Amino acid sequence: MTKSELIERLAARQTQLSLKDVELVVKNLLEHMAQSLAQGERIEIRGFGSFSLHYRAPRVGRNPKTGQSVKLEGKYVPHFKPGKELRDRVNESITAD
Amino acid sequence: MALTKAEMAERLFDDLGLNKREAKEMVEGFYEEIRNSLASNQQVKLSGFGNFDLRDKKQRPGRNPKTGEEIPICARRVVTFRPGQKLKARVEAYAGSE
Repeated sequence: MTKSELIERLAARQTQLSLKDVELVVKNLLEHMAQSLAQGERIEIRGFGSFSLHYRAPRVGRNPKTGQSVKLEGKYVPHFKPGKELRDRVNESITAD
Repeated sequence: MALTKAEMAERLFDDLGLNKREAKEMVEGFYEEIRNSLASNQQVKLSGFGNFDLRDKKQRPGRNPKTGEEIPICARRVVTFRPGQKLKARVEAYAGSE
């Protein structure tokens, strides 16, 4: 499912908002989530999961083309931990197919 | 402090003028549709944000860490999140206090 398919499915659940409105809704939700993580704030959605930041320590990497070593700064990467309902529903689907 | 569904609904009310009920239903529906897709073994690709992928894990030998008893870990299907380039770049810049 892509973002535009998600927008279509979300629009089909209701009758009040146009497809264009729902598109704005999805963009707003994703932007809010990205903003939150960019500020180092976690996201917690019960039954879905939580997003947080994981720290990656500084290390010496290598340019794969030249073989030259490069110092890489420590950084944060987004991490998602699925919640129980999502985990269970996904795992149950393994027996369904 | 963590971002929750209530705050996301509040933002839809503030920014887009949805009424409280519509806003709540949209946030609820957003996560429900993603769950539905994943539960039907369909990955979810949200460009600019990231992809939710599915991985099938084979059965492997495990151990009860308390008793040391050997018990097999059954085959299972799990969700993984791969952040997109844009999200990674925005998060990387965060100079946290941790």
